[in-house]
Amino acid sequence: MGSNSLHVLKGINFTAEAGELVAIMGSSGSGKSTLLNILGMLDEADSGDYTLDGVPIKNLNETKAAKYRNKFLGFIFQSFNLINYKSALENVALPLYYQKIPRKERQVRAMKYLEQVGLKEWAHHLPSELSGGQKQRVAIARAMAAEPKVLLADEPTGALDSTTSYEVMDLIQKINDQGNTILVVTHEDDIAHMCKRIIHLKDGVIEKDEKVTQVRASQYV
Amino acid sequence: MFSRDSWKEIFETIQKNKLRTFLSGFTVALGILIFVSLVGLTNGLQNTFDEFFNDDSTNTFFIFPGRTSMPYKGYKSNRQIEFDNSDLADIGKNFSMFVQYVSPRIDRSGLVKYNNESNNYTTRAVSESYQFAEKTIIMKGRYLNFEDVKKKAKYAVIGRLVEKDLFGNEDAIAKYIDISGSVFKVIGVFQDDGGDDEERRIYIPYTTRQLIEKNTDKVNQIVVGFKPEIGYAGAMAFDKSLDNFLREKKYISPKDQNGIYIRNVMDQYEQNQQFAGVLAIIGGAIAFGTILAGIIGISNIMVFVVKERTKELGIRKALGATPRAVVGSILLESTFITTVSGVFGMILGMAILSFMGDKLKDYFITNPYINLGLAIFATILLIVCGAIAGYIPARRASRIKPIVALRDD
Repeated sequence: MGSNSLHVLKGINFTAEAGELVAIMGSSGSGKSTLLNILGMLDEADSGDYTLDGVPIKNLNETKAAKYRNKFLGFIFQSFNLINYKSALENVALPLYYQKIPRKERQVRAMKYLEQVGLKEWAHHLPSELSGGQKQRVAIARAMAAEPKVLLADEPTGALDSTTSYEVMDLIQKINDQGNTILVVTHEDDIAHMCKRIIHLKDGVIEKDEKVTQVRASQYV
Repeated sequence: MFSRDSWKEIFETIQKNKLRTFLSGFTVALGILIFVSLVGLTNGLQNTFDEFFNDDSTNTFFIFPGRTSMPYKGYKSNRQIEFDNSDLADIGKNFSMFVQYVSPRIDRSGLVKYNNESNNYTTRAVSESYQFAEKTIIMKGRYLNFEDVKKKAKYAVIGRLVEKDLFGNEDAIAKYIDISGSVFKVIGVFQDDGGDDEERRIYIPYTTRQLIEKNTDKVNQIVVGFKPEIGYAGAMAFDKSLDNFLREKKYISPKDQNGIYIRNVMDQYEQNQQFAGVLAIIGGAIAFGTILAGIIGISNIMVFVVKERTKELGIRKALGATPRAVVGSILLESTFITTVSGVFGMILGMAILSFMGDKLKDYFITNPYINLGLAIFATILLIVCGAIAGYIPARRASRIKPIVALRDD
């Protein structure tokens, strides 16, 4: 997908195909979060090329980056990053607001994704009334609401216990089964093996890039 | 940016962040409220100052005789100065270019009777021109005239409250009243803005009073009305030369503080206006300071609000909010709050002022008011400054990288 030469990442070159479920693994300081932030246009690379769905991502100003993020990318964060004064439904509808989709349609679409993550009954609850796993599912629904090309998940299970982690991974796998491209950053081996491909990072370079047999999370749930 | 959708988004944000809304709204409302009240009270104070004089003419001198405190030209100290009819004529003759009218004033207090009703009133013996000095307003009948004075007529012009006290609902005109044993015909009833005391007076011709008092030619005090066109400087000069003239005529030392006293109403009025002016400046400065404090307050709150929202803004940016949308939503929200609360504070302040009306007259505040244009200007100033103060941190927040904002806990 790109190559970089900087202090954290020192030459990374890989391509992810549509529909892939890729785990980026590495110990802390290996540069995996930095890579994800660059892929997510949350951070900027000093040099290198990055092409997303045939669009070269370069010379971005803030407005352009915001539009690309909105159109191409869905984020799932370790700490969920829901807006605490908005209900689950409103959180999910927020990316659609920035796509200038009318309110009624936003609500309908957001509800559809909430249903998909199994939280229809919780639509009008505030994040503070939800459990960690539920919050992450709301975040996943929000990431999918804008129907992005790629979902980027930064340690999506980092703040969850193992049972809840498997539930979340099960959901991610199901979303991938529908044909969505997903990149998951993790340092947990079992989570990584629930993906279809693992890229091992070490000291800013790709140590190993392997296809693996996917372990279905549903068997643990 | 101003679509119905973004308004909805803003209302939701306002509704769900009550503390922040309250803080910024309260600051602005309070700032405007205090500003409006202060300016209003200052204006009320000015009204009171104006009112001290508006029931009397300002182009007037009151000349009071005194008792000398130093010997002069062979006369002993401690001599009572008295004015008589010749002094009235002399003043008129010597200062004809300044003088509009001269009237004596002889006050006597005594029992006044009508049928079974009686009461003590001050009877003021004057000439017909005294009406101008007091700005006496005739309600019915007429005031004293030149003929009355010349003929020493036993006519009386009574105050509104005298009529009310003695006559009840009866009409006093052409009735006869007994003033300290002499019978006077009521020819007029007057009112006066100077208050109840002034409406409990009775005016009679001074010549009549002199006739009753053994045909004396003495007068107590002299009231001189000068031509208004001579202005303040002219009045001061006239005051000076009139003083010199009277001191010479009555053999009073120029250095004697007690022999004679001229109350220069115009001078007093000028000083009063200056005092009111200084008060207005002080009040205005404090009011301006309040607006300034309000601006600083709202700026502080805006910085705090943006800081508090940094993470939320980061999330919004990660979800695709453009910098424009971020700045727009912060500004729209803050401007909406400051406008609503500013207008609320302004209306509340003006309502308080109009409610006060005459209620604070004992504290020298009469009909406080604020110029609507000034109130609106101050409100808009605060709103605009709040928006500018909000724009700077909002712009910074919109430029911050989402990843930095997201790490901000």
